[in-house]
Amino acid sequence: MTTIATREAPPEAAPAPAVPARRRWTRLILPTYTWLMILYLSLPILVMIVFGFNDTKGRLNLRWQGFTLNWYRDLFAIPGLTTGLRNSLVIAVIVTIITVVLGTMIGLALGRYRFRGKGAYDLVIFSAISAPELVLGASLLSLFVTVQFVRGFVTIVIAHVAFSLAFVTVTVRARVLGLDPDLEEAAQDLGADPWTTFRKITLPLLAPGIVAGALLTFALSIDDYVVTSFVNGQVETFPIWVYGATRIGVPPQVNVMGTLIFLGGVGIAVGNALLARRQRG
Amino acid sequence: MSTGGGRGRLTPYLIGLPGGLWLAIFFVVPILVMLSLSLQSGNSEEGFRFTWEWSNYADAWEFYHTQFVRSIVYALIVTGICLLLAYPMAYWIAFYGGARKSTYLFLILLPFFVSFVIRTASWKFILNDQGIVLGPLKDVGLLPEDFHLLATSTAVIGGLTYNYLPFMVLPLYVALERIDPSLVEAAHDLFASRASAFRRVVFPLSLPGVFAGVLITFVPVASDFVNSGILGGTQTTMIGNVIQTVYLTNNDYPLASAMSFMLMAALLVGIFVYARALGTEQVMEVSQA
Repeated sequence: MTTIATREAPPEAAPAPAVPARRRWTRLILPTYTWLMILYLSLPILVMIVFGFNDTKGRLNLRWQGFTLNWYRDLFAIPGLTTGLRNSLVIAVIVTIITVVLGTMIGLALGRYRFRGKGAYDLVIFSAISAPELVLGASLLSLFVTVQFVRGFVTIVIAHVAFSLAFVTVTVRARVLGLDPDLEEAAQDLGADPWTTFRKITLPLLAPGIVAGALLTFALSIDDYVVTSFVNGQVETFPIWVYGATRIGVPPQVNVMGTLIFLGGVGIAVGNALLARRQRG
Repeated sequence: MSTGGGRGRLTPYLIGLPGGLWLAIFFVVPILVMLSLSLQSGNSEEGFRFTWEWSNYADAWEFYHTQFVRSIVYALIVTGICLLLAYPMAYWIAFYGGARKSTYLFLILLPFFVSFVIRTASWKFILNDQGIVLGPLKDVGLLPEDFHLLATSTAVIGGLTYNYLPFMVLPLYVALERIDPSLVEAAHDLFASRASAFRRVVFPLSLPGVFAGVLITFVPVASDFVNSGILGGTQTTMIGNVIQTVYLTNNDYPLASAMSFMLMAALLVGIFVYARALGTEQVMEVSQA
């Protein structure tokens, strides 16, 4: 921006070769390219949304056959899919609650205190974030098989908490490191006991980090296929059901559910951003 | 802040303990169990016993080296394509995005609001033999009737590239955005051409982002099995598909554990060698960022 502004505009009649070349790149080629890439990244989303309105016969939702709202009306017409979506939502809520509580506690411990074993925490959290999902799923399955723990709802929750805990910890820790310790000291000087200080001062200040961690956990949990596929036993979640359906044809109800989840997620993200902007402004 | 009293000193242990135990029991222990399982012998009916069964590793390589090698090759190709596709985008947004930088980033992250499996299924739909792209092209005779993209390497590599491209853009953007534009100005003032200013100033300064981007793309791509499972066929099977099948269908847990461990070890060694080649300072800078 500034680099362009400080340079003199080229004479209109005779374009000097050096300056237009620069402008062609930054004004035309790169922005066009970026927008094309954004279009490419959005293409499967557009297709998903549009074909949720396709008046298709049977399961093969391949070519455009005309507009219909039938699939919005018959959203819950496929029992297995509905059960999968319900399982995913219930699991995501439980996982988010557990993960946020545990992750906030570790985040506080790591962000605020120096203690023996801190390095081990850091190492485990770094490994948990960078380990491939496949390895997380495979190793948890190895554990459950070895101790002969029946796989199902509980093992899915355990696995989802295990892979999202590190992310919440990191998010909350970043927030803790940015806290002004004077605020808490001021509260204590004014006679607040540690618990009151935590509840009235620390927790509200950490809230944005905790909310971000909660949203991330919910999104990771509801979307997970890889780890879940190892530990789900007979329980089907939404991604597991959809993956199975890709072999025989994905019914349009999946497009509709995907569209609704997409709009919900985008709505929350945009609302969050607008709220943050208003608080700042 | 900690008052030095007994209770204050215990606080970090107490509040860190529940989460720490969860990670210990459900992340650290499982990896050790998997290591132990990979050295056991037996079968799923009679149970498994620990017998230092190193042959599991030899078997894993003998039976499935094709899929191992294929996964690494795919991951190298996909990482390379992602880097080439992502860099110009990240560069333009970082230097010329102006007030709308975060809007562009949000648009690039839009795919993450759709389930990974649905996104990939959507590509299966787009690339279908009779679908919205190939169907019309075949109807007008531009493509032969038996032309297909699904079940080919092209489809799997395309799907992987699509799904992991945003992972590459973000670290590149972060690194490029931190570069002070006046450094580029200074290069120009010192009569550097645009190309050499990029080559000698911008690109070297963006290397930590390249390093991070390559890592967070390569590792998940090499172990991915969703793209190959949905878009691929028998000729595109990756090691992740094999591991999943051997665990869940064959119930040959020792062999599957050995393969998972080999994959993890290969990725760790790869990361280490790569980090050494690029210089430790950059690694430190990335891990601090």
